[in-house]
Amino acid sequence: MTEQSIEERVKKVICDQLGVESSQVTPDAHFVNDLGADSLDQVELVMAFEEEFGLEISDEEAQKLDTVGKVIEYIKARTGES
Amino acid sequence: MLLKDKVSVITGGAQGIGRAIAELFHKEGAKVCVCDVDEEKLKEVEKEGMKGYKLDVRKLEEVEKVFNEIVKDFDGIDVLVNNAGITRDNLIIRMSEEEWDLVIDINLKGVFNCSKVASKIMMKKRSGVIINISSIIGQIGNPGQVNYSASKAGVIGITKTLAKELAGRNIRVNAIAPGFIKTRMTDVLPEDVKNRMLENIPLKRFGEPSDVAELVLFLASDKSSYITGQVIRVDGGMVI
Repeated sequence: MTEQSIEERVKKVICDQLGVESSQVTPDAHFVNDLGADSLDQVELVMAFEEEFGLEISDEEAQKLDTVGKVIEYIKARTGES
Repeated sequence: MLLKDKVSVITGGAQGIGRAIAELFHKEGAKVCVCDVDEEKLKEVEKEGMKGYKLDVRKLEEVEKVFNEIVKDFDGIDVLVNNAGITRDNLIIRMSEEEWDLVIDINLKGVFNCSKVASKIMMKKRSGVIINISSIIGQIGNPGQVNYSASKAGVIGITKTLAKELAGRNIRVNAIAPGFIKTRMTDVLPEDVKNRMLENIPLKRFGEPSDVAELVLFLASDKSSYITGQVIRVDGGMVI
């Protein structure tokens, strides 16, 4: 799997889940401050990432993933792809 | 028909109050999924045209398995009625740990398990209704029912918390607190206890399962779309 595709998949999950435009989903975008996510959205997002990439994300780790870029980095690291 | 095509899951739905709810929902056009431990009674329910699922609400894994099956069969869950419940009465000094644990596991943890799994399904659809069957005993207490009253008070806590947690996803959560309803659960009480209770009921009769079912129907339907987080009593005026 290429780097591009992980980014694309993460962005697609975010767009579907939060109902935002893909142009808003930049690496620096903060889920709460920039994309308008509330606490339930955040939980749902993590669940959606878990489903999309077939992995389990602990609550502790999930709390640190507050921007789009951090999620992409995290999933790359977890799936062993760069 | 108030519940046309609404996929409705009713735990403990094969007998008593749950059965009355299931049958009324069926009449109102819902796709009724009855969850119960009693396989014989589930067969009866299936003969009436509803779908039966064997489920012990105490086990989260089992709830996940059965609810996922329901989602596969009916494409979602619109209404969850947490009705499964039992009594194991004893005065506290005589009550065993097993009696306490069993009632808490079914009446309280069962509601947690089913609500947890169903709310995840409802959140995705951005809509849903959860109705918990509590009891007036959870509000006023009753000698010999420390386990039951604790479980039913706990259900009210779950109701209020989930109403707040899930409101943003258009999921309403309410509880019903029945008084004395004529079912197998209350059949076993001694005559003198029943007579004493009757004296305290202004409407001078015991309730029928259908009295509860009609309120569940209202709370499950869009007619109650502005009601959430409430506990409504159906008790003939026993507690005023």
